[in-house]
Amino acid sequence: MSSDLFVIPFNIGLYFILVYSVVRSTIWFRQLSRSDKLRLQRGFFGMPFMQSLKEIFMESLLHRKIFMRNPVLGYMHMSLAFGWFLLIVFGTIEADFFGEKHLNPPSHAIFFRYFNPDHGAAGLPKVFGFWMDLLLAFILSGLLLAMIKRFIPGLMGMKKTTKHTWTDRIALLSLWMIFPARLLAESLTSGAHGSGSFLTGNLGAQLASFLPVAELAPWFWWLYSLSLGTFFILLPVSRYFHIPVELLLIFMRNSGIRTGDKPSSLTEVQTHACSSCGVCISICQMSYAAGINDIQSAYFVKGLRNGKDIAAITANCLMCGRCEEVCPVGIELGPMRMIERRQGEREFKPMRFIDGYGLNGKKAPVEKDPTQSYGYLVRNEPVKADVIFFAGCMTHLTPSVIIAMKKIMDSAGVRYHFMDENGGVCCGRPLMLAGRDREARELINYNSDIIWRSGAGILVTSCPICYKIFNESYYLDTRVMHHSEFINHLIEEGSLRLGYLHRKVVYHDPCELGRGSGIYDEPREVISYVADLQPATQEGSMSLCCGGSLGNLTLSSGKRALIAADAAKILTSSAPDELITACPLCKKTLGQATETKVADIAELVAAALPGPKGRARVRTKKTLVRVHDNG
Amino acid sequence: MSTVTKHVVVAGGGVAGMEAAGALAELGHRVTLIEKEQKPGGHLKQWHALFPDRRPADDVRKYLSRRIDNRNIKLFTGISVEKVRKQGHDLHIELSDGSALTADAAIIATGFDLFDARRKEEYGYGIYDNVITSAGLEDMFNAGRITTADGRTPSRIGLVHCVGSRDEKVDNNHCSKVCCVTAVKQAIEVRQKLPSCEVFCFYMDMRMYGPYYEELYRESQEVHNVNYIRGKVSEASVNINNRLVVKVEDTLAGRPLRMELDMLVLMVGMEMSQAGTRLAEASALGRGINRFLETGDHHYGNNLGHVKGLFYAGTCTAPMNITDTISHARAAVTETVRYLTTR
Amino acid sequence: MNGSAGNKFGFTVNRSRLIDYDASDRLVRDYVTLREPSFRLCFACGGCTATCTAGQHAPFNLRRMNTFIRRGEIEPLREEVTRCMLCGKCLLVCPRGVNTRNVVSLAAEAIKKLDRNEL
Repeated sequence: MSSDLFVIPFNIGLYFILVYSVVRSTIWFRQLSRSDKLRLQRGFFGMPFMQSLKEIFMESLLHRKIFMRNPVLGYMHMSLAFGWFLLIVFGTIEADFFGEKHLNPPSHAIFFRYFNPDHGAAGLPKVFGFWMDLLLAFILSGLLLAMIKRFIPGLMGMKKTTKHTWTDRIALLSLWMIFPARLLAESLTSGAHGSGSFLTGNLGAQLASFLPVAELAPWFWWLYSLSLGTFFILLPVSRYFHIPVELLLIFMRNSGIRTGDKPSSLTEVQTHACSSCGVCISICQMSYAAGINDIQSAYFVKGLRNGKDIAAITANCLMCGRCEEVCPVGIELGPMRMIERRQGEREFKPMRFIDGYGLNGKKAPVEKDPTQSYGYLVRNEPVKADVIFFAGCMTHLTPSVIIAMKKIMDSAGVRYHFMDENGGVCCGRPLMLAGRDREARELINYNSDIIWRSGAGILVTSCPICYKIFNESYYLDTRVMHHSEFINHLIEEGSLRLGYLHRKVVYHDPCELGRGSGIYDEPREVISYVADLQPATQEGSMSLCCGGSLGNLTLSSGKRALIAADAAKILTSSAPDELITACPLCKKTLGQATETKVADIAELVAAALPGPKGRARVRTKKTLVRVHDNG
Repeated sequence: MSTVTKHVVVAGGGVAGMEAAGALAELGHRVTLIEKEQKPGGHLKQWHALFPDRRPADDVRKYLSRRIDNRNIKLFTGISVEKVRKQGHDLHIELSDGSALTADAAIIATGFDLFDARRKEEYGYGIYDNVITSAGLEDMFNAGRITTADGRTPSRIGLVHCVGSRDEKVDNNHCSKVCCVTAVKQAIEVRQKLPSCEVFCFYMDMRMYGPYYEELYRESQEVHNVNYIRGKVSEASVNINNRLVVKVEDTLAGRPLRMELDMLVLMVGMEMSQAGTRLAEASALGRGINRFLETGDHHYGNNLGHVKGLFYAGTCTAPMNITDTISHARAAVTETVRYLTTR
Repeated sequence: MNGSAGNKFGFTVNRSRLIDYDASDRLVRDYVTLREPSFRLCFACGGCTATCTAGQHAPFNLRRMNTFIRRGEIEPLREEVTRCMLCGKCLLVCPRGVNTRNVVSLAAEAIKKLDRNEL
């Protein structure tokens, strides 16, 4: 049995990673909040479990999402993941069926050919041998693509790919070695014994013709085992840890655990579940339009994982949410970045190799030192109203929107109070985006007080930034509506008489309204009611950011202009008469970037109001037309 | 001096084009003057009186009309020059009606466009009735009536400097040079025509760079009681009485200021003209970061481009006043004649 | 300490009236400029202060704050800098493209650090 010594590296690696995974998962589980623990427990014994299995099969093995975005990249991931999975499954079956005994140790399945060199001469074993060779060929084809991607990313349709740390490099090297080593080990053994199927058999016969295959074979079995062992041992400190962690993430997510606003087991799991695939880099407008290539989510997560000072990366993001839409692993990248923005200044010690295995995952949040305070705000006498209109700070710089809203509400007979007509107080969202929740809370309380005391049933705002925070962070007994929703509501209830404008328009989804708040249909319904709405090349959940986002605290005006110019070009590629948006900031930013007229949805609707002369076709009640976003 | 008659095409019949055409014709050259509008005269057509002395703009218009009243000049109106290209020693010039000309030399004098004030939405031009531009105020001077949209005599008017100039938000970092003195001139005119009307100029810097400009500024304070507030207006709105309200910081007092006005006049700046842009793009002529035509040398070649035989005159190269435009056009003629006689 | 050098002449120079450029340091300016170079672009038009949301409720003057920081005069800003709501309206108005929100954010941070002797 002394020749079996080569299995030791593999066994050490395998048992290490199994124990490590169990310990680490247990720690993560223990650090979950009570409710999340319950969620996960329920998730394991109910429908979510099946859902998770399905998702693991579709995403972790088949890599459906990557496949749909980039078929070559998808094939690469699929051949490696699914191929390897099948190889293990069928290897185990093969060993179980044709081995000396049942219930073999894993090494007997993995090194089956070594232990059964003459196997597969005829019959079912021969068919099986063919199948195993086919799987190996499948994996090797993916490996070839992976190598091409590493050295010539452009060939794979990838603009950018992430840089590796040295542990990543060794892990990658060992991963790359695994399958060629297996191919050679199996071929040499087959060559020595005249066995093997189309791949290992033929290659083995070829090699046997000019090499002492029997003497060489053990070396390659050693290499195969060492590669596997090294890979397993380095797994927790390399990017490839994402492979097992992603499975855990899928279970957590399907059990209903969400990121929240503080660091937790889930954020830790998510940092490790990122495969650094780079899809978020290719999709990022900051990358392809503004040439900034070091702040994308893959880098953010990597910095987080490696304990680097990523304050600059964290701040330099539009928070548009496009990367989160395309992330194949489904990491909640926006909330993850927001958690980091809330953190105060910390000391960053350089991470040692051993720290990568660190089991003390949960870091206590560092309270941000508050710098702002609004004790100077004076409470005013409340104004009673059924409907409150809050234009928002930015909207005061686009007076056409305010005038249009006034016209629309007057025309529909809405009795409203214009809350910030003479300048209000900021909604707090910009502070929150800067990670200053505590200060934001002061403004939220101030505005909430006014809204509560007004007794209004509906709060209408023209700014998606305000809309999002009113909806999410204000405690109100008032229905919050963006003006596009409100106009839609007025049309549906029949209180707004509108004509039809023969204009070809394209709609731009503002980030905070679309991806941020899920409002895609209402603006489209309103627009298609009054004008000819044309599809945009990128809309719905994949709509572009105008570049003006308040989510980014550090981006220069020049870079913003580059993003705006690119977005405007794409949005106006079908040469519409007007580009319609629903956000004052988008309107201003895009308006500066294109010759095409940029108008707010309220302006478009106001233009469709019957004039003094009256219009030929005025409709009062609308038949519902659902317009689906193409995201 | 060469006695051989040459053919020179002048693109643009504004101040620069008319002066250049006149000067060339005077020297005996055959000139084709091409103006895109129905009548020559450019922006001067719209102006009522000129700084610094507030003489009637008509004086200069008449001078320029006389200048081009020469049988050597053929004037085409309603047509624009679309492309200039070198063809051997000559220039091949394509016009908007599809025809083409061959010339020994050409002068581009396509001038400027006034900044479209709608691009500064926060000022409310095109939204509020009583927000007008400096050109709109000249129209009122020409009509002899300065009234609000509903026909009232304004009791307070504000003039906003630097609208579309010195503003990266509209991609114009340059100073249009003439708006400051135009504001001072218009402020005085308003005060003269409506003695009971208060006038406020909202400025960032007073750039009184020409002869007698600073004196005009002083006169506006000393004689006409024009008020100056140092600060950029951030936005305009209307209040419940339908009066305009502007927000500005009185930077010298160090505090934000809010003011009601009956009329707001936006001193719109100069931009490279659209017609000139089309011509430059079609003819591959270099342009500067301010989008005006880039000249061969800032100091001693500012009538030259990089195409031999093609010269630049006037505000197609940079914002300038009428005095400088006429001088620049004359210099372009000197360069043209030198080229024609020495090539 | 309060600038009484001229006492024997029967008048005093009140230190608060004078920007003693050599006596003050410009640590806050350097902190802000290093991290937000557009800070240098301000030409003091006051557009930010005119449009300012916070400035309608309490004294907050970003234009003056920029100048004070450049001169090393931090004392008058200590409280004022806390009043900004970071709403970003000034960002849309600034004709020089100064990243105003970041300037305030950094200035507020820097002043805190200055007080803790961390600059």
